[in-house]
Amino acid sequence: MIPIDRFLILSAILFGLGMYGVLARRSAVLILMSVELMLQAVSINFIAFAVYLSPVAFTGIIFAIFVITIAAAEVGLALAIILRLYRNKATANVDEADTMKW
Amino acid sequence: MTYEEVIFYVVAAVTVVGALGVVTARNIVHSALFLIVSLLAVAGVFILLAAEFLAIVQVLIYGGAVTILVLFALMLTRVRDLPTALDGPQRPFAALAAGAFMGITILAMTTTTWPGETEEIHVISLKEIGNALFTTWAIPFEIASLVLMVALVGAIVLAREEEGE
Repeated sequence: MIPIDRFLILSAILFGLGMYGVLARRSAVLILMSVELMLQAVSINFIAFAVYLSPVAFTGIIFAIFVITIAAAEVGLALAIILRLYRNKATANVDEADTMKW
Repeated sequence: MTYEEVIFYVVAAVTVVGALGVVTARNIVHSALFLIVSLLAVAGVFILLAAEFLAIVQVLIYGGAVTILVLFALMLTRVRDLPTALDGPQRPFAALAAGAFMGITILAMTTTTWPGETEEIHVISLKEIGNALFTTWAIPFEIASLVLMVALVGAIVLAREEEGE
């Protein structure tokens, strides 16, 4: 059986890459995609801990189900906001939507 | 090395390569396609963790719905004939922050001794998950459905063309 730290390292790498994407990218859609990567990392962590450390209560699996549900809601809403931003500002880049910045 | 580990390393490599593609691709559509690869590989990781139900949900929701939505948004927000840089000037700092975070987390995870490392994997059946979801977790489940509905209505209200626009 695969040791648990393999899964945890995979999830850390995935989270780090997602974090890099969120910080470095300009397009709101690309930032959203990077956030999805981070959520995937969290799900892997939850499931690995549930399966290896508490297989009787498996709270982690339930949490992963909720993470996926909320991620679906979040993507729908975020894309609607990006669409609205694009319609108002003719751009989907977060650094160009700086009306509130002075 | 057992065959299980070989499969894990292959799936993990596909996941990481896909994720790297998402954050480094020069073309925004390529990024979205790399995201699909990465998400499907994560479904493979879920199967290796004996969570088949979540793997199926992953393929249905992420592989189907989320990537279609993202591609749809890309199609609607594409600024044509104007190739702009996809990364901001803060890129080196982003790499530094993410690299530092990754290093610290991996260090913490490898130096900790996790209990129950050598136990045989306990397959959690779909029946058990369903039971827990509708008894112990019934209220969070209902709240999640409410959140989904609010998000759906909110997305329609936000994205709708208004009169006189």
